[in-house]
Amino acid sequence: MSKRDDSISAMCTPAIGEAGKTGDWRSSRPVIDHSKCIPSLKKKAACFLCWLYCPEGVVKANIPVEIDLEYCKGCGVCAEECPPKAITMVREGTADE
Amino acid sequence: MSKVQIMTGNQAAAVGATLSGVQVVAAYPITPQSQLAEIMSQQIEGGKLRAEYVRVESEHSAMTVCISASTVGARVFTATSANGLLYMHEQLHWAAGARLPIVMCCVNRGVGAPWTIFNDQQDSLSQRDTGWLQIYCRNNQEILDTVIQAYRIAEKVYVPVMVCFDGFVLSHTMMPVDIPDAGAVRKFLPPYKPHTILSPEDPRNINPVLFPGRRENTEGVLCDGYMEMRYKLFAALDGARDVIIETDDAFAEVFGRRHGGMLWEYMTEDADVILTGIGSIASEATVAADMLREEGVKAGVVGIRVFRPFPKEDVRRALRKAQAIVTFEKAVSYGYEGGLCSDLKAALYGTEVKAPVHGCIAGLGGRDVKARELAEAVKASLADIEDGRTEKTLWLNCFTG
Repeated sequence: MSKRDDSISAMCTPAIGEAGKTGDWRSSRPVIDHSKCIPSLKKKAACFLCWLYCPEGVVKANIPVEIDLEYCKGCGVCAEECPPKAITMVREGTADE
Repeated sequence: MSKVQIMTGNQAAAVGATLSGVQVVAAYPITPQSQLAEIMSQQIEGGKLRAEYVRVESEHSAMTVCISASTVGARVFTATSANGLLYMHEQLHWAAGARLPIVMCCVNRGVGAPWTIFNDQQDSLSQRDTGWLQIYCRNNQEILDTVIQAYRIAEKVYVPVMVCFDGFVLSHTMMPVDIPDAGAVRKFLPPYKPHTILSPEDPRNINPVLFPGRRENTEGVLCDGYMEMRYKLFAALDGARDVIIETDDAFAEVFGRRHGGMLWEYMTEDADVILTGIGSIASEATVAADMLREEGVKAGVVGIRVFRPFPKEDVRRALRKAQAIVTFEKAVSYGYEGGLCSDLKAALYGTEVKAPVHGCIAGLGGRDVKARELAEAVKASLADIEDGRTEKTLWLNCFTG
């Protein structure tokens, strides 16, 4: 049994997943080709434009770069911004290339 | 100790807001409210009121400033009229939906097109469904007292309150007004405590997008959806009646004056015909009732003080003995009739009150309303009812071809 909502006006607290699993909204997912991705190739912190541009903050600036698909809404901004075109948007329900 | 001064309705409202210790005022001038905003700025600039006066570029922004200031815990005040109120419309919904106890004076005026600067109540009546509580005043004393009462009501039910009074008829007319003692007002009106305390230690996003369904948040609380939030606002207005009456009673105890709670009555005890109206036109109707009684017609008056929440129980009680009811309204719902007439009939539907209700549209755009015209209209309605005409909308003192 969940707790009762006593607030008289709408509000939410900043927390991961506060608005539910927003990855459900996605129709296409970003798939990274690590043979083209700059940090993977150079094995050092570089580029990370996908991390910088992601409006949802779901890209982790790791080596290799990771995208949290639980909350990625599939907007495709990362694919658009990627200089070596290492990210492709793949329609959900179809296999990775 | 209290003292009596001669003042306009605008001055009375400004004294009420000053005594209420408002902390932020944001307003944009519009006739006939300009003087009220001017007095507030003089009070603040002259050091008589410790508050922030925010000069804005529009009424929409005036309400936005009020919303922000009220959210962070300030007692706020603004005033507007006519098209200025219409320009606020979107933010009126926001203030109510965010449950902010803002008090605003609406100095009632007709709306354009065609342009008018004169009095009627089309402006505030057309904001009926914004979720604001609406209280209408009949004289300058009631304006001052109602502004103070409005803060107490608003801050208890967390709903914004519109204190409405007729432009020029009250706003620019001088009357003796008893000014309550400042210390007594402070005691009557405890400091404002917002329903949500904002703090960097407990950050939150207020009024985010809500989805059609309810949802569980990360702390396991099943949060309300949009519809539950609407219901909470509806229930708050529905329950405000008791608070309004309790506040008027408490005010009477301290200051020796009461204004009727939801509505006031004049010689209704033995009345066969009841005249009803909102604001100053209902005061005029009391003179008409006297005239009718001199001619042997047992007339009484019910003045609607609170229009939202609608005083349904109160009108049923006040009108229980009426044989005929005539409403006088300074506003109209195009394509139907006066809004008060509709609401009154709806409140009486299915009850033991079977009296026919006739509606009169009067005084639009400052058209003079005389007591004898009201009395004549009542006599004409009584004759029509005698002939079996149960429904009628009359445009009083208006050339209709």
